[in-house]
Amino acid sequence: MKLDNYFDRSLWVFHLNTGSCNGCDIEIVALLTPRYDVERFGIKLVGTPRHADVLLVTGPVNRKMLPRLKLIYEQTPDPKAVIVVGACGTSGGVFYDSYNVVGPVDKHIPVDVYVPGCPVRPEAIINGVLQAWLKLERLRGSGADIEKKIAEVNA
Amino acid sequence: MSKTTYKIPIGPIHPSLAEPMTFNFEITGERIERVDLVPGDNHRGIEFMGRNRNIIQIIYLAERICGICSASHPYAFCRAVENAAGIEVPPRAEYIRVIIAELERIQSHILWAGIAAEELGFNSVLYLSWKVREEVLDLLELLTGNRINYGMFMIGGVRRDITEEHLPRIRKTLDYYKETYQTLENVFLKDPSIAIRTKNVGILTYEQALHLASVGPTARASGIKKDIRQDQPYSAYADMDIKAITPDFFTGEVKGDVFDRIIVRILEVAQSVEIIEYCLDNLPEGDIVSEPKLAKLLAVLKKAKGEGVGRHEAPRGEAIHYIKLNESENPEVWRARAPTYNNLMSWIPMLQGQEIADIPIVTASIDPCIGCMDRVTLVESKTNQQQVLTREDLIKLSIAKTRRMMK
Repeated sequence: MKLDNYFDRSLWVFHLNTGSCNGCDIEIVALLTPRYDVERFGIKLVGTPRHADVLLVTGPVNRKMLPRLKLIYEQTPDPKAVIVVGACGTSGGVFYDSYNVVGPVDKHIPVDVYVPGCPVRPEAIINGVLQAWLKLERLRGSGADIEKKIAEVNA
Repeated sequence: MSKTTYKIPIGPIHPSLAEPMTFNFEITGERIERVDLVPGDNHRGIEFMGRNRNIIQIIYLAERICGICSASHPYAFCRAVENAAGIEVPPRAEYIRVIIAELERIQSHILWAGIAAEELGFNSVLYLSWKVREEVLDLLELLTGNRINYGMFMIGGVRRDITEEHLPRIRKTLDYYKETYQTLENVFLKDPSIAIRTKNVGILTYEQALHLASVGPTARASGIKKDIRQDQPYSAYADMDIKAITPDFFTGEVKGDVFDRIIVRILEVAQSVEIIEYCLDNLPEGDIVSEPKLAKLLAVLKKAKGEGVGRHEAPRGEAIHYIKLNESENPEVWRARAPTYNNLMSWIPMLQGQEIADIPIVTASIDPCIGCMDRVTLVESKTNQQQVLTREDLIKLSIAKTRRMMK
């Protein structure tokens, strides 16, 4: 049964850590647990990028992880959305002047949604995933009237 | 390597740890013959960055060495700077520091317990323990303003006070943990399915733990009574009588397996609750920081000269920070050693002879924190080739560094 246009399909997420401090990663796991429980929306963390709709990238991208970041981006099937979680992936954050950091993430792969914060709050990640969801719906062509609906909800 | 042995590389991105880490396994059938670790996927060059920043900026960098130990590293770092510059910390600040550090220990141990349950395929226990964990995160958010990366520590004290209004809320959390402790104990220590997967798995004997210089709960689970809060009491810990917790408190014997590591961590949650209660009952009056004006504090630190060492018993073991100040804005040397760096080699005896299916729980059992540990790999920047150093090279480099620092 289709709940709504927003809930067109379950969203599977692959989490990629490119050298983050663990703060955002722990908050991502916290999302799955009873307080936030995103699985009730069908959002699920998966073990391989080949199953994923959304790539959740944390960390400032260091030299050793850069080829893996590109590889995993290519392994994720289209249509896909990329979310950068945390200040260090968005802009470099506190790690901006390191010799081993080649980020931010958008220098190397296209990014759709940025979730700033160091570390981000779980609510902010949920909002980020929602934004990515809207983008995917647009790409699939199934959510044509979503923007109108959101305007209605906000008004 | 015999004909029937084959190699399985695992990592750096794999579902068992949230952090990147590469393992190379040599396997015969289901048995692990050899393990090799390839760290460095999480290297960010934090000590290098620290040398270009002033001391107060480094506190926030030290906090971001690891998001789970985000009270331990600034604690050790502030103690190192205070040691080097001879700054006195007011007693009230020492107590507040201990309260924050112990709240962090509670959240870290419960987090670990949940992860360990998940590695066993016991997802309901993961959800149970992370639900229990949210209570202490709410309290930390109330006290410090953030769930993770608290921003609480400052050279010579802490940045925020614990006021009268906070006290009932803290006591409520402590009561909550006293109530749920029995549940945790029933779920983790008395449940048969956790016991069959963890008993006699991933054994680290007393001798091996001594030989490999393990620290923290990993060492204590092998029967080594090693805890800085007991051996070299500091801050408010000196006012208390803290005993290192070993698994024989619960079972009467020490095996050094994964189950013993669970016992130590679950018992330490109860110990932390006791420590916080003591701190609340005996919280002294007074200032929370020795010098509230940052510009003045920086001016003092700029003129300071000398070396300092700060140690703190982080949830995973001993964190040591070393700093050398030389009358300049930036420190001359900053070295941080996280507990996982010591515990990493314990993986090798633990994993040898185990089955492939036990890899996740055994690797998780030392509570690895790769973000803390990965600050030591050398990367040749021009060719982007990782350089492998032999022991002789390392000793040569070590001697050269000692000479350089003696100058």
